[in-house]
Amino acid sequence: MDPIIKVENLEKHFGDLQVLRGISLDVEPGEVIVIFGRSGSGKSTLLRCVNFLEEPTGGCIEVDGVRMEAAPRVLRARREQIRQIRMKAGMVFQDFNLFPHLSVIENLIEAPCIVKKESKGEAREFGLQLLDKVGLAEKADEYPIRLSGGQKQRVAIARALCMRPRIMLFDEPTSALDPELVAEVLEVMRDLAKEGMTMMVVTHEMGFAREVASRMVFLHEGKVLEEGKPADLISGARDERTRRFLEAVL
Amino acid sequence: MTGVGATMGRVRDRVESGSSGVPFRVKLGLVYAGIAVALVLVFFWFQFDTAFMREWGPFILGGIPLTLAICFGGIALAMVLALFGALGRLSKSAVARGSANFYVSFVRGTPLVVQILFIYFALPQLAFKPSSPAFLQTILIFPVAFAAILALGINYGAYMTEIFRAGIQAVGGGQIEAAHALGMTDAQTTRRVVLPQAVRVIIPPTGNEFIAMLKDSALIGIAASGVELFGRAQNTGLGQNRPFEALALAAMVYWLLTSIFSFFQKRLENRISRGHVRIEGGGH
Repeated sequence: MDPIIKVENLEKHFGDLQVLRGISLDVEPGEVIVIFGRSGSGKSTLLRCVNFLEEPTGGCIEVDGVRMEAAPRVLRARREQIRQIRMKAGMVFQDFNLFPHLSVIENLIEAPCIVKKESKGEAREFGLQLLDKVGLAEKADEYPIRLSGGQKQRVAIARALCMRPRIMLFDEPTSALDPELVAEVLEVMRDLAKEGMTMMVVTHEMGFAREVASRMVFLHEGKVLEEGKPADLISGARDERTRRFLEAVL
Repeated sequence: MTGVGATMGRVRDRVESGSSGVPFRVKLGLVYAGIAVALVLVFFWFQFDTAFMREWGPFILGGIPLTLAICFGGIALAMVLALFGALGRLSKSAVARGSANFYVSFVRGTPLVVQILFIYFALPQLAFKPSSPAFLQTILIFPVAFAAILALGINYGAYMTEIFRAGIQAVGGGQIEAAHALGMTDAQTTRRVVLPQAVRVIIPPTGNEFIAMLKDSALIGIAASGVELFGRAQNTGLGQNRPFEALALAAMVYWLLTSIFSFFQKRLENRISRGHVRIEGGGH
């Protein structure tokens, strides 16, 4: 099978600071990739380059057949291509970013209605199914301010799924949560993985990684230092720096 | 001087200690009542002309509807201009930002009274230049109420541009990223995500601007007398040699109007700051 995400020699500079130093990574359909590493190692930036919330400085990214080289300027045609990629790639943020002026169900159907021009009724029906799936059917008409952090993040996942994406990107989805709320979010992600969703997950939840990830990628100073199956990597990392990081977080 | 000061101090001490049992609100009420009585006494002491006020009061008060209409029209126009001004100032386009900057700078840098007179008297002059195309006569000459709305709207729009800009910038970057990540264009993000949330920040100060405009609308009276509230007061007051009566009446009305609108503005502000109020979007 062809990879659904291809990252080729990706580089990203913020001014003088080089955050990504030539990353290459292929993700097969249905794979769950856990990206981990110290803060500042470039894990979030890598994820954000995949849906072009950050413009790559160099290299190439391909998502589900849409291939884009890094470009110095973002012109109209490129913006349109970026939008195509974003419609295929759902993203879940550390701090949820739900729309506070919209109810839960309105949060879900906003993009399907506005971006994909789906009818309200159709989108709503699918949205309610998704809310049921993340265990929040009874919160459909609630406003985000009334939800706990864990509930907010589950709504955010449902909101991304409502666009029927091909891949899902998770940027530290449990880092802003109180410890007792982490499990309910991981549960939803686990279910999603079981259904065969392709996922790239930046997280420190090594328990989740061990159980769910098909591959783990250790980033260090903007490079892939090591990658492998969770069982192999967690118990037998080759590189000293990977081992030291794992010792600290396990 | 020191002798007087010391005496005053002693009197104050005695009043304060003697009234320590009286609640402050009651004292405040007594002061207001005292001021009201003093004003009434002044009115009768100087034998102001009550017959004049009975005769001409209705005409002066008849300016209220137009004053209100001008202000509602003016604030509506100002909000539209402020929205474009704010989007312009935040735009990445040089044309949009340059135009917005010029608008704000020019309008804020010239007096409102000059702008009013310019729009009402100077623009029509352009319509009659030999080089002017004929259609200018239809678009540059307008009734004073329309000129007033135009002048107040343009003027307040420039000041409110900063209010709108602050409101738009108060919407977090995470909100914009979330919208983009869902595939929304910049325009969709602005319209569906940023502006509905900015409204919450924008509405209370816009209420204040409306109240300020209510008072500034009196400047229209400089351009055309006998039309709105102040113009009518000035016209009759000077014409009948009763300026005190006429202007006092107008002042009371402005005060009353601003008090009423301040009351509603505060309630609105409290409601919004409570945080759960929905501003945008329909029900279910």
